[in-house]
Amino acid sequence: MNVDLGPYVVEVLSAYAGGIALLLGLIVASVLRARSVARRLAETEHRREVRTR
Amino acid sequence: MIGLLKRDLALAVRAGGGFGLSLAFFLIFTALVPFGIGPETGRISEISAGLLWLGALLACLLSLDRIFQLDWEDGSLDLLATSPVPLEGLAAIKALAHWLTTGLPLVVAAPALGLLLNLPASAYVPLLASLLAGTPALSAIGTFGAALTVGIKRGGLLLSLLVLPLYVPTLIFGATAASRGAQGLDPATPLIMTLAITLGCVALLPFAAAAALRINLR
Amino acid sequence: MFPAMSSIWEYANPRRFMATSAWLLPWVTGIAALCLIGGLIWGFFFTPNDFRQGSTVKIIYIHVPTAIMAINAWFMMLVCSLIWLIRRHHVSALAAKAAAPVGMVFTLIALFTGAVWGQPMWGTWWEWDPRLTAFLILFLFYLGYIALWEAIENPDQAADLTAVLCLVGSVFAVLARYALVFWNQGLHQGTTVSTVGVGVAENEGVSSVFLYPMLTSLTGFVFLFLALVLYRTRTEIRARRLKALIAQEQMA
Repeated sequence: MNVDLGPYVVEVLSAYAGGIALLLGLIVASVLRARSVARRLAETEHRREVRTR
Repeated sequence: MIGLLKRDLALAVRAGGGFGLSLAFFLIFTALVPFGIGPETGRISEISAGLLWLGALLACLLSLDRIFQLDWEDGSLDLLATSPVPLEGLAAIKALAHWLTTGLPLVVAAPALGLLLNLPASAYVPLLASLLAGTPALSAIGTFGAALTVGIKRGGLLLSLLVLPLYVPTLIFGATAASRGAQGLDPATPLIMTLAITLGCVALLPFAAAAALRINLR
Repeated sequence: MFPAMSSIWEYANPRRFMATSAWLLPWVTGIAALCLIGGLIWGFFFTPNDFRQGSTVKIIYIHVPTAIMAINAWFMMLVCSLIWLIRRHHVSALAAKAAAPVGMVFTLIALFTGAVWGQPMWGTWWEWDPRLTAFLILFLFYLGYIALWEAIENPDQAADLTAVLCLVGSVFAVLARYALVFWNQGLHQGTTVSTVGVGVAENEGVSSVFLYPMLTSLTGFVFLFLALVLYRTRTEIRARRLKALIAQEQMA
């Protein structure tokens, strides 16, 4: 186990934090959009079923 | 096709056609440089070759959205598409007309503006040569960008966003040729590269532009 | 002719794609999470510091994989664009659309971690070095591509135009890469990862102490990219169906 970051603590930690934050942002944005599209699609399909019944 | 070229040139020269607008922009850009950089002639002279290239490129960019937009709005683009002239030819003619009304005047104006920026004497010929070699590529790439965005309302900003990254290679080689001339070095290699890019663009991009036009006219 | 080849195209059917990707997605996500978390923890906690670069060498586990994937994402978009233009498979066009933001974020991460790494090593956040500048330009290409997708109403037209832009953009991206090398020789070291073990002296390439966790995290990023593209392509397919249904409703 080596957590001795020496003089570069700020650089290494901020690189990891920034990189992981950007990744999480991308994943969260993808999930939010996927959910909203899936929900609206389900609503629309439901409306159509009701109408054609 | 000659008739089409004449028509485009006439439309551009007529009032409101935008001819001269790019030239005026080029002049203003050059006049603004000292305000941004500071009035020391030595410093301005050092970067003048690159600045003139950048100014010419931006001036060229300014008039791109006119290439197809007016014809699109009044429906003449549809007519042109059904005419016996192939769309590839139309795109090439449009690029040529754009170069004749924008690129060529910019090339001619560049030496005069070079005086304003204290361009080193050894740089005039390389600058002129590189602009002459490079601006046709700018027009051809711009025509492609204009063809992509012709159907989009207020597509001017998007057009700049799409076209500017495509201008990078031309700008690098062209400006390097000019600034090598300014430093008294041999500008031949970047000049040849600029010319190669122009030839490639002029030969191939009308096909891409025609493909984009066909999609937009569908 | 080739049964294996002809069967690939069956996945171009949106329904087939939805079924297959639903089955595939948990596996791909699982592998991505496993390799990514494993590789990053291995790299961050269990590797020594480099004798020259100190602990900043740990940034490699994010920087190099994202940089590699940023370029490969564009390449994947190019292939998808070609498939769309030639064979008109909608899934292919939508996959290219889904991949673009992923590639853009990877480019951004590579740029960001590179800047943070460059600061202590080169003494500057940013240097107009060919590699760095090329990534900045790649970022602009992603931006333009996504903006064009957003700007066009008709989905088929948008797919066509962005595909053409992707083809032309790829040519100019390669041109720009060579122009940049000509323009400025640069600070950035050459490719070190692929030179390991190909007859290069041990101190030239990346030492295997750093290489194995790096490869693990690279595998993680590859599967993360796949997972995100599958997931986002599913969203795009649903969005497209939604649009079609709403158009039908308005017609009725």
